[in-house]
Amino acid sequence: MVRPSRPLYEPPPLGLLWGGVHKDLAHDSALKHVSGEARYVDDLPEPRDLLHLAAGMSEQAHAKLLDLDLSAVRDAPGVVAVFTAQDIPGFNDISPTGTRDDPLLADGLVEFHGQPMFVVAAATTEQARAAARLAQVRYEELEPVLSVDHALERGDFVLEPHEMRRGNAEAALKQAPRRIKGQIRIGGQEHFYLEGQIALALPMEDGDVQIYTSSQHPSEIQHTAARVLDCPSNGVTVEVRRMGGAFGGKETQAAQWCLLAALVARLTGRSAKFRLDRDHDMAMTGKRHDFLADYEVGFDDDGRITALDTTLSSRCGFSADLSASINDRAMFHADNCYYLDQVHILSHRCKTNTVSNTAFRGFGGPQGMVMIERVIDEIARALGKDPLEIRKLNLYGDEGRNVTPYHMTVEDNVAPELIAELEATSDYWARREEIAQFNKTSPVIKRGLALTPVKFGISFTTTFLNQAGALVHVYSDGSVHLNHGGTEMGQGLYIKIAQVVAEEFQIDVDRIKITATTTAKVPNTSPTAASSGADMNGMAAQAAARTIKDRLAAFAAEQFQVSPEEVLFTNNRVVVGEREIPFPELVHMAYHDRVHLSSTGFYKTPKVHYERETARGRPFFYFAYGAAVAEVAIDTLTGENKVLRVDILHDVGRSLNPAIDLGQIEGGFIQGMGWLTSEELWFDAKGRLGTHAPSTYKIPACADRPEDFRVKIYERGENVEETIHRSKAVGEPPLMLGISVFNAIADAIASLADYRLQPGLDSPATPERVLFAVDELCQRKGGSVP
Amino acid sequence: MGKAISFLLGDAERHLDSVDPNLTVLRYLREVEGLTGTKEGCAEGDCGACTVVLGESNGERMHYRAVNACILFTPALDGKQLIAIEHLKGADDRLHPAQDAMVQTHGTQCGFCTPGFIMSLFALYEEPGAPDRARIDDTLAGNLCRCTGYGPIVKAARDMKSLEPNTPACVKPGIARQLDRLSDGDGLAFESKDGRFFAPRTADELADLLLAHPKATILSGGTDVGLWVTKALRHLDPVIHTGQVAELKELRQFDDHLEIGAAVTYEDAHEVIAQHFPDFGEVIRRLGCRQVRNVGTIGGNIGNGSPIGDSPPPLIALGARLVLRRGAERREIALEDYFIDYGKQDRQPGEFIERIIMPLETAAGELRCYKISKRFDQDISAVLGAFNLRITDGRVERARICYGGMAGTPKRALACEAALTGQPWTLETVQQGRVALDSDFTPMSDQRASAGYRMLVAKNLLTKVYHETNDAPPVSRLVGAGSLAHG
Repeated sequence: MVRPSRPLYEPPPLGLLWGGVHKDLAHDSALKHVSGEARYVDDLPEPRDLLHLAAGMSEQAHAKLLDLDLSAVRDAPGVVAVFTAQDIPGFNDISPTGTRDDPLLADGLVEFHGQPMFVVAAATTEQARAAARLAQVRYEELEPVLSVDHALERGDFVLEPHEMRRGNAEAALKQAPRRIKGQIRIGGQEHFYLEGQIALALPMEDGDVQIYTSSQHPSEIQHTAARVLDCPSNGVTVEVRRMGGAFGGKETQAAQWCLLAALVARLTGRSAKFRLDRDHDMAMTGKRHDFLADYEVGFDDDGRITALDTTLSSRCGFSADLSASINDRAMFHADNCYYLDQVHILSHRCKTNTVSNTAFRGFGGPQGMVMIERVIDEIARALGKDPLEIRKLNLYGDEGRNVTPYHMTVEDNVAPELIAELEATSDYWARREEIAQFNKTSPVIKRGLALTPVKFGISFTTTFLNQAGALVHVYSDGSVHLNHGGTEMGQGLYIKIAQVVAEEFQIDVDRIKITATTTAKVPNTSPTAASSGADMNGMAAQAAARTIKDRLAAFAAEQFQVSPEEVLFTNNRVVVGEREIPFPELVHMAYHDRVHLSSTGFYKTPKVHYERETARGRPFFYFAYGAAVAEVAIDTLTGENKVLRVDILHDVGRSLNPAIDLGQIEGGFIQGMGWLTSEELWFDAKGRLGTHAPSTYKIPACADRPEDFRVKIYERGENVEETIHRSKAVGEPPLMLGISVFNAIADAIASLADYRLQPGLDSPATPERVLFAVDELCQRKGGSVP
Repeated sequence: MGKAISFLLGDAERHLDSVDPNLTVLRYLREVEGLTGTKEGCAEGDCGACTVVLGESNGERMHYRAVNACILFTPALDGKQLIAIEHLKGADDRLHPAQDAMVQTHGTQCGFCTPGFIMSLFALYEEPGAPDRARIDDTLAGNLCRCTGYGPIVKAARDMKSLEPNTPACVKPGIARQLDRLSDGDGLAFESKDGRFFAPRTADELADLLLAHPKATILSGGTDVGLWVTKALRHLDPVIHTGQVAELKELRQFDDHLEIGAAVTYEDAHEVIAQHFPDFGEVIRRLGCRQVRNVGTIGGNIGNGSPIGDSPPPLIALGARLVLRRGAERREIALEDYFIDYGKQDRQPGEFIERIIMPLETAAGELRCYKISKRFDQDISAVLGAFNLRITDGRVERARICYGGMAGTPKRALACEAALTGQPWTLETVQQGRVALDSDFTPMSDQRASAGYRMLVAKNLLTKVYHETNDAPPVSRLVGAGSLAHG
C-alpha cells in the first residue's frame, strides 16, 4: 500500500463528515493508479496451467469458408488446443439483442476482414498468436459491401428502416419561404481504451465458469455464456473490478473474448486468458457508426426552421449489435436544442462487410447533432447572419415550441439561460469581430469561432433497462461493504456511489469498502451505459442503505425508548434522544440484538415510456445541457488546424462530485474534438482497416488540448426531476461539446467566402478534408484558391 | 565481452544469463519480475502506457530518460538502471511528488495510462528548472490518455516541483557509483538457447561482428525493429546493437559541416541541429515523441529506408552524405543515392552506416521544412517537404527540394528545382514549380492521405515558402516558432 504524502482531501473540522455528496473527493483508486497497484485483469496472479488464446482472423471481408485446414496450427509449438464453431456446446451466437446474427466463431461464412474463425490455446500468448497465422483457409470470395452508399444502393440493411414524424414536413417544405438541401458525411470513431480487451476464465466445479473481465456489462456476458456453453446462468459468474477505459467499447464487445476463454476453460478444464493485441483489438471490435446525413430544411427570412426532412444512414457493419438503439438515439437527437415545427426523420441501418459497429459515448446522439448543427450553419450562411443568432432563434421555448419530434414535452429547458451566460463569459461578439478583422488581413491562416449547445436525453430508450440493484452489508464493527450493478471504467462511479452511501449513513467515506462488480452479488444488471451509472446505482445503493438505516433507527428507538423520529444519523454518530452513540457502537449493539444488517436496494426510473412503433412517448427522464465556444485556426494551404481557445459551460445538476464531473466534461470534450478532427478510420478496397493502431489512428495528444481552456459547471444547475441528490448524468453529454470545434473549423473556411457560403466539410476534419473544403469553396465562390 | 546482461532494477542488481534476447523489457518486468504496474497499451511505442525510465551514469551523475518498454529488448539494459513505477515509492511507502500531484489534480480516471505518465513526469522531475507548457507538451506527447483530456495531468506536471520532495531509493546518491561498478566497460556478447545479442563498444568491434554475421539484424534505437518482434512476430538472431558504440554516438561540429554518428539519438542531435536549422529542429521535435527520440537514431531513420522517415528530406535538401563501412573499408555517398527504391538501399551485407555528414553551407533561414500529418505531435508524416532555397537579388540562385511521403523513397523534386533555379522569385515562378511537381511525383493513396491531397499539399508548400520569404511574411504556421498558437 502506498500512502499519500498528504490526505486525499482536506479533512473537515473534527466531528464533521469525511465525504458525503457534493464534495470533491479523489477517485477511489487514485492512489492505486499512480503507484501501479491498481489491478487490471492482466495483472491478476495467473492460475496454474493457464492457457493463452489467440483468434484466427479472416483475411477476406466477405467470403464462403470452403475449407479451414488447421493442422499446421495444431502442430505449432506450444499449442494445446484449437477450437472452431463446431466445438461450441450451445448456440454459436453472441448477439446482444437476440438478432442471432453475431457468431462467436464464423461458421461457413466470413462477413468482415478480421472476423474470428477459430481460437488457439497455447502455453504463451506469443505462441498462440504465431500459431493462429498458420491456418490454411480456402475462401470463395463474395462481393464485399463496404460503404453506406453501396449498402443503400443494394438495399442491404441489418434492421428495418425506422421513421419519426411530427406534422407534415414534406408539405411544410413546399410552403417554406426558403429551402436548403444538403448532405454531410460523419466519420466513425475507435474507442481506443488504453487497456485492450481481455478476459480470464477459470473452470470451476460442476462445469461452472468464473470469468474476470473488463466489461461494462457483466450480466450480458453471464447470460450469453450460458447460451454458448449450454448451461443455466447460475453456472457462470462474471466479475469486473475496473476497466482501463471503455467508452461504450466494452458494452457488447467484451463478450466475444470472455466467451472464447470460457469455451476453452470448459473444453480443456484449464484456465484460459485472452488478451487482444492492439492491432487485433482495433480490427475485431466495433466502433462508432459513421453516418451519411441528408437533409432538407425549410425556414423563414429570420432563420426560423419551419420544416426539416432528414435521412440518417449509418454503417452498422455485418450484424445488428446495438444498432437499433444507436440509430434511434441519432434520431432522438436530430433536434438537439431546437424546435422543429414540421419534421420527418428517416433512419437506414446499413449492412456492410465491416466489423459490427457498436456503442460509443453518445450512442448515435452525436451524429444526429452534427447534422442539425450543420443545418443551422447552412441557414446562417444563406441569410448572412451569425450562426449563433440562428441557434438562439430556434431553441425550444414555451408552449407551442416545446415538443420534440418524438412527442415528448421538454420541461427542463435551461439552454437559453445557459447559452446566454456562456455568450457573455466567452466574450463571443467581441471575439467574433476581432476574428473577422484578423481574417481580412491574414492570407494563409484563418480563424473560426462557433458556439454549439447540447441537449442530451438521459435514460435507456429501451425502457426495461432502466433498473438497477445494489447490495449493502454493515459488519458488526460498523464497516460497510458496498456493491452495486454499475461498473467502474474510470468515470468515478464507485466513489460517487460510496459518497451517496456515506451521506445516507452519515459516516466517513473511508469506512465504506468499494467492491468489484459481480453477477454473484447483484443479478440481472443493465450495462453501465447511457450515462445512467450514478443515477440508477446511486438510487439503488441509497435504498439499500436506507433500509438498514431504518432498521437501526427502529432498534435504537426501541432500545432507548424514543420515537424513531428522534433518532438522527449525523457525522459518524447516531443521536438517540438525549444520547449520542458512535455509529459502530450502535451497529454492534444492533447485531447483538439480532438486527438484520444487510440489504439489497432496487431502483427503476420513473415516468419513462416509449412506444417505438409510433415513435411517441417519453423515452427520457430528463435532459442534460451544455454549451461550448471553440476558436480555431486553419492553414488554408495545408488544411492543418488547431484549437486555440475553448469555453465550456455544462449542466450537471447538483453535482455528486464536482471534481469528477469536471474530469468527465474536459475529457468528453477532448474525445469529441478528436472524433471530429484527427481520428480517421480508413478501410482499403478489400475492407481491411488501415488505421489499426495508434501509429495510424490519431487520438488527441497532450498538445492538442486547447491552450486556453475554460471549463465551468453551470452553477444554477439542479435537476427538476428527483434524481439522486438532484444531480445529472455526465458521462456522455460533454462529448458533444466537441461539435463546436468542427463548426468553428467550418466557420474559418467560410471566412474565405465572406461567410456567405457553407463549406462542404465532412468529418473528421483532417488536414486533407479541410484543404479540399477550402479549395471547393473557393472554386464555388469563383475566385482563386489561396 | 561480458556474458550476462547486467543492470540495476531500481536499486537492485540483476544479471540475466538465460533470457530470450528478443524479450522486451515490458515482458521482462511483467512476466519475469512480476512487476505489473507497467502496462501494455499498443506494443508499438505509440501510446506510452509502458513508459519506464532508464538511468545512465556519466561517471559522476545520473542521466534519466523515459523510454517505451514495449519495444525495447532486454539486453539493451546492459550497464543501465531500469526504473519502473514500483520503484518510485519513497520512505514509508510515501508517494513521489509526481504521483502526489496526479492524485491532487484528479489526473487519473481509468488509471491504465497513469503509470506511464508518472514515469514521464518522473523523468521531467529529474530535469532542472520549472517546465513551461511547451516543455510539458513535449514531455507528454508520447503518453496517450483517453479519459482526462490532459488538463489535470498538465497541472500535475506544473505543480509537482512545489510539493514536498520524497526521494525514492532508486535516485539516492551512490546509484551512479553502483552502476559504474556493475559495468566492466566491455561490450555485451550474450547468448542463450533462444539467440544471440551483441552490443560492441567500438566501431572496429562492430565492423568485425558484422563481417562475421553479415545477416545479423542491426539494431539501433529499435523503435522500428522492435515492432518486427511484437507485431510481425519475427524472431531476430543474431542481433547486433549499435547503441553502445562510442564512435557512433559522437556528434562532431566542424566549421563547414556536422558529423553525426549513426547511433546519435534524435534527442541528442536535436539541440545542435536546431541551432543551425530551426525548421529541421522543429521536424525532430515533432518526430515520434520523447520516448522515441530518447532511443531512436538518425542513422536508424536512414538505415531502415522508410519512404516516410522524417530526417532524410531535410538532410538531402542540405546535401548530406553518408559514410558506410564494411570491415576496414569505408565509402562515402550522397544520402539521396542511398535510397535506391522502395525497400531497397545501397548497403551491402556486413556494411553499416558509420556517420552522416551534414554540410553547413546553407544559412539557417534558407532551409524550410514542413511536416504534414493528421496530428501535430507524434505522427508519421503524410508529406514532409524540405526546401533549401537561396534567393539572391530576387532570383532563385539555388533550389534543393526533397519530399518524403511522395514516392517509394525520400526523393528530390528535380523538375521543380530546375523550374525554379535561375528564375525570378515570383508567383509565376512558383506556379512553374508547382506544375513541375506533377512530373516529379506520382504519390499513392493510403491511410495517411490520398494521392490527390499529397500532390496538392506538396504544391501548396512551395506556395507557402513563397509567402514566408516575402518582405513582410504573414503568420503562416500553426505550430512551432512563429506560429499563431505559440505567439
